[in-house]
Amino acid sequence: MRVELREITKCFGSLRANDSISLDIPAASIQGVLGENGAGKSTLMKVLSGFISHDSGEILLDGKAVEIRSPVDAIRQGIGMLHQDPLDFPPFRLIDNFILGSHGGPGRRPGLGLRRKEAAAAFRELASRFDFALDPEAWVDSLTVGERQQLEILRLLWLGARVLILDEPTTGISLPQKEKLFATLKKLAAEGMTVIFVSHKLEDVEFLCDRVTVLRQGRLVGGAGRPFGTKDLVTLMFGKELPKSERRRAKPGARLLAAREVGLEGQRLSMRGLNLELRAGEVVGLAGMEGSGQSLFLGACAGLVQPVAGSFCLDVDAEGGGDEKDMTGRSHHDFRSEGVAWLPAARLEQGLVPGLSLTEHFILAEGARGLGGRGRLFIDRRRARELAESRIASFRIKGRPESPVESLSGGNQQRALLALLRSPLRIVLVEHPTRGLDIESTAYIWGKLKERCAEGTSVVFISSDLDEVLEWSDRVLVFFAGKVSPPLDAESLTVERLGRLIGGKGWEDFGPAAAAAAAAGVSAATAAEEGVHA
Amino acid sequence: MRDRRLSRFAFQAGGVLFALLLTTLVLVAAKAPPLAAFANLLRGAFGTWDVSANVLVSWVPLILVTSGLLVTFTVGLWNIGIEGQVILGGVFTTWALRLLQGSSLDPTLILVLAVLAGMAGGALWALLAGALKTFGGVNEIFGGLGLNFVATALNLWLIFGPWKRPGVASMSGTVPFEPRLWLPTLTPESRLAPASVVIALLAVAAVFALIQGTYFGLRLKAVGRNARAAYVLGVPTWQHLLASFALCGLFAGLAGAMQVTAVYHRLIPSISSGYGYLGLMVAMLVNFNVVLAAPVALFFAALNVGSIQLPMVLRLDSSLAGVLQGSLVLSVILAKGLMERTLGKGGGEEPAAAAAGPEGPGAAPAADPPISPNSSPEAPR
Amino acid sequence: MNDGILIAGLAGILFSAAPIVFAVMGETLSERAGVINLSMNGTILLSAMGGFTVSLATGSLILGFLAGAAIGALVALVVAFASIALRQSQVAVGFVLTLLCRDLSYFLGNPVMGQSGPRLPEIPIPFLSDLPLVGTLLFRHDLMTYLSFVLVFLVWVFIFKTRPGLELRGIGERPAASYVRGARVDGLRYLYTALGGALAGLAGPMYSLSVKAGWKGTISGLDGIGWIVLAITIFGGWKPFRAALGAWLFAFLQWLGLVLQPVLPGVPSQVLQVAPFPLMILTLLLVNVGDAEWVERALARLPEGSRKRIGGLLRGLRATPPAALGTPFEKD
Repeated sequence: MRVELREITKCFGSLRANDSISLDIPAASIQGVLGENGAGKSTLMKVLSGFISHDSGEILLDGKAVEIRSPVDAIRQGIGMLHQDPLDFPPFRLIDNFILGSHGGPGRRPGLGLRRKEAAAAFRELASRFDFALDPEAWVDSLTVGERQQLEILRLLWLGARVLILDEPTTGISLPQKEKLFATLKKLAAEGMTVIFVSHKLEDVEFLCDRVTVLRQGRLVGGAGRPFGTKDLVTLMFGKELPKSERRRAKPGARLLAAREVGLEGQRLSMRGLNLELRAGEVVGLAGMEGSGQSLFLGACAGLVQPVAGSFCLDVDAEGGGDEKDMTGRSHHDFRSEGVAWLPAARLEQGLVPGLSLTEHFILAEGARGLGGRGRLFIDRRRARELAESRIASFRIKGRPESPVESLSGGNQQRALLALLRSPLRIVLVEHPTRGLDIESTAYIWGKLKERCAEGTSVVFISSDLDEVLEWSDRVLVFFAGKVSPPLDAESLTVERLGRLIGGKGWEDFGPAAAAAAAAGVSAATAAEEGVHA
Repeated sequence: MRDRRLSRFAFQAGGVLFALLLTTLVLVAAKAPPLAAFANLLRGAFGTWDVSANVLVSWVPLILVTSGLLVTFTVGLWNIGIEGQVILGGVFTTWALRLLQGSSLDPTLILVLAVLAGMAGGALWALLAGALKTFGGVNEIFGGLGLNFVATALNLWLIFGPWKRPGVASMSGTVPFEPRLWLPTLTPESRLAPASVVIALLAVAAVFALIQGTYFGLRLKAVGRNARAAYVLGVPTWQHLLASFALCGLFAGLAGAMQVTAVYHRLIPSISSGYGYLGLMVAMLVNFNVVLAAPVALFFAALNVGSIQLPMVLRLDSSLAGVLQGSLVLSVILAKGLMERTLGKGGGEEPAAAAAGPEGPGAAPAADPPISPNSSPEAPR
Repeated sequence: MNDGILIAGLAGILFSAAPIVFAVMGETLSERAGVINLSMNGTILLSAMGGFTVSLATGSLILGFLAGAAIGALVALVVAFASIALRQSQVAVGFVLTLLCRDLSYFLGNPVMGQSGPRLPEIPIPFLSDLPLVGTLLFRHDLMTYLSFVLVFLVWVFIFKTRPGLELRGIGERPAASYVRGARVDGLRYLYTALGGALAGLAGPMYSLSVKAGWKGTISGLDGIGWIVLAITIFGGWKPFRAALGAWLFAFLQWLGLVLQPVLPGVPSQVLQVAPFPLMILTLLLVNVGDAEWVERALARLPEGSRKRIGGLLRGLRATPPAALGTPFEKD
């Protein structure tokens, strides 16, 4: 089925998630959609699959304009979407997941019975066509992500999908499963299916797709047919090299933190063998697509996530020569008392308390001691207000002391989060310090962070903005599918190389095991299990 | 802004009117004269000095319980186990009195110790519910409910078993204590002990001071509104949850102690008399506002007392009070819901949220945060 | 104790548990859809009073039961409306309703207190009721008790063997996924809450027109049964047979308490009567022990093999509630 998108626009408030996107996808083809975080890929796919409605523009299927008002509408018209986390029912059996919502088969009227036998027969037939080894009676929560995807594909096929949208499907699946998936997609395309493959993994897209479209900041910035040039794709995705501003090169001081052979388990991620040594005054950027393990690692550095292997040690001796304190397995509050601070990306959900004012936040952060009355029971309101006013002034927060924090803009909320930090701190861990902020706030936030560095604090931050990563970091770690690069010197790192690494290419520079793992798009641990060879 | 406040008032007033309407309908259905019924309620509560005193008697345990509940509500807990905590307060007080009544200690000292024992009992029972929640993940609604029943059974067992009256065990409770161990009442006939009123007033003041004025109170608020952020800001969450359970239990135990020492002077099967649940209703009605709690509790107590003579005067069941109380709380909840639906939850489009919003690699929409009856906002770390 | 008394006792257990079975089946359906009906205690009282009153006035048992069901459905719809349309807490509304309905039942039931009304007749099934032992146990009951047996089976078949039942399970489990598959989540929640309420509303008249015939107001002994129903629903793990087992077990313990009273005077009868609650707490503990943070941290320190084994064991012990229980569904 031919899919045409004409001038699709979708805004969320003042944010233009999709800006007049026009795309023509012929039937029986595999179309890749590339873009970094925030480019607008997810929004576009949600529009196409009926989850949200577009503000303006048209969608045409086989030349006919259609209205897609809901996900059910979409599948009725033949558009099926496979989410990154498949929307299935983990406690149920496969066959029940298959049946739910199908009304006994495409085009049939819903009846009372489950019609399990028929469904099971259809299931087996479809599964064998694609060589999926799925047992209809198995429970879904015992399946791997790859198998859940297979189930969902079969279900969508049974419902008559003629367009299949896959959103970051190769995250967290094993190599054989990926190969099977690709084989399946090619077979489907050959049979007439229109496949839309959304990903940030360059190698996958280059291998699988007939054509590629690149989105950036809500716009369609370019496309290409085979053969693909990686460099061009990267440039389209991330933009060109910007002239670097004058940066003060930090002289790394004493070691503050040592992470050794750390292993972490996430929902879809398994990481092993992470190593990092943080030095006073330096800025380390964690780059990579969201969900590649950076948040997990940052959380582990803060004590919010417990490692399953390895150790975290803080160097507590001021001179740096001496004592190590093993912090592995300790709680976040223990890390806090050792001078480690963590700032979340979801400012209002995880960092601030809606309903409380700025002053009250300062009171919480400072406590009785900070307000000069150690051990006091009652809040010294006057001093609290003075403190709030002075912090508001010094951080230039646009808000009054009694303003409830939810009324502040994003930029001011971030300033508030920074203002709540204590001094001095050893390490500041920030998730997405400037996400959603304007240029002025961004510059200001970084100014404040660099002030901390001058005092000897080390800053580790996550960012999806490559320019930000390259501008402010002294060293960069790239995360891809649970694998981490060794720390790279930021000064000599180019946007192009960083983009490639984020997309999964160029990992052979770090050694054969890493390269093989990265090439397979899997974590090293899984790669070892599967017996991948370099 | 003023518009909004006006609309809020309109909705709330509408709620109250709806409750009155509902109660009137109920009265009509019972073939009872509505105006006469309402008038009798008032007269029954404030008609004579005696009944007015009884309103205060009823007010004391209610406001004590409500004060305690405000602490747990502040931290976001539904302490349904409050009934059991009051009962345990009464049990421990009785135990202490029985233990010390034969000793040569000064009666005032005995009373003080007994009341303290009651408070400890309530706190202990509350901590049990708290521990089940923080360490066992058992939702405090069902844990509290179960413990209520266990407390009731314990109470009955004591009254009909080890502490029974010599001869025949009776529904009227244990052997009454000597008058010297009674909290002194206004007159020998009345059941109103001024000391208990003073204690109740102090309790309200204490809770107000705690929640509004202390660091601890602010931390409780933070945990109640966003436990995750509170944790990140450095508040030890599960410790605060347990502490609030204990505090509420202290108040509940105090209520039970007052019932034993000031009102009944013995342990009876219905020592908590539903004050726990009624306190929950008061707290819900005042939307957890400490200042309003005392007058509303007084109103509810007045309804309870005023309805006592309904059976005699109008041949109506005294549960009319409960009908009015329940209708009020229900109407207020529904009015709040309607208001939020029509006016929006307050605060406009949040620019930060929009910016941080829809992007994320294939984030599946409508991810409901799973809350089962067994969820806890923060567990011990 | 001879066989005759034992069998009669057991038959009595099935009889006295029948209303609870109805209410538990209803609450299971409601909670499977994702809505907790905390007003159960009040609903049973109000529907008992209402059913009795209607039955007394009309002389018809059927109308009495229908009235009870209607009352139950109506109360449940208030909970559903407040939760789904107004997004208020199910716990808050349910709790208020439980007290309100209880007081309503006492107030409106005042006139009919103590009066004797129609009773459900016993309907022995020909042939089968003459069988030794089994006959008295299973086939000498009234209509509603027979229906209670059938109901458990029907609910089980519905939930696990039909398409709408599968859809129901989906809504309570993961409304987002159900929505994607075309389920009208909110509408179905209203439907199943009302249905559950209606079944619970039948339990009330089963008391006032059969098991504890008549309306005796505050001393009717019905206050508290609704809470037990909620406890048994949890203990039953949202599975009909297990829940019914819980109901019968509870009735058995109550009977045991009465029987043992003269035999073991030291053991208080209250102990056995409150047994469902510690059992419920135990079930909840087992459900959640795997989830607690400190357990996770302890697990994280174990070697990989043990961690997987113990984690699996903990997961197996669970009687997991429908994951979306208690939460309103928001499309975006």
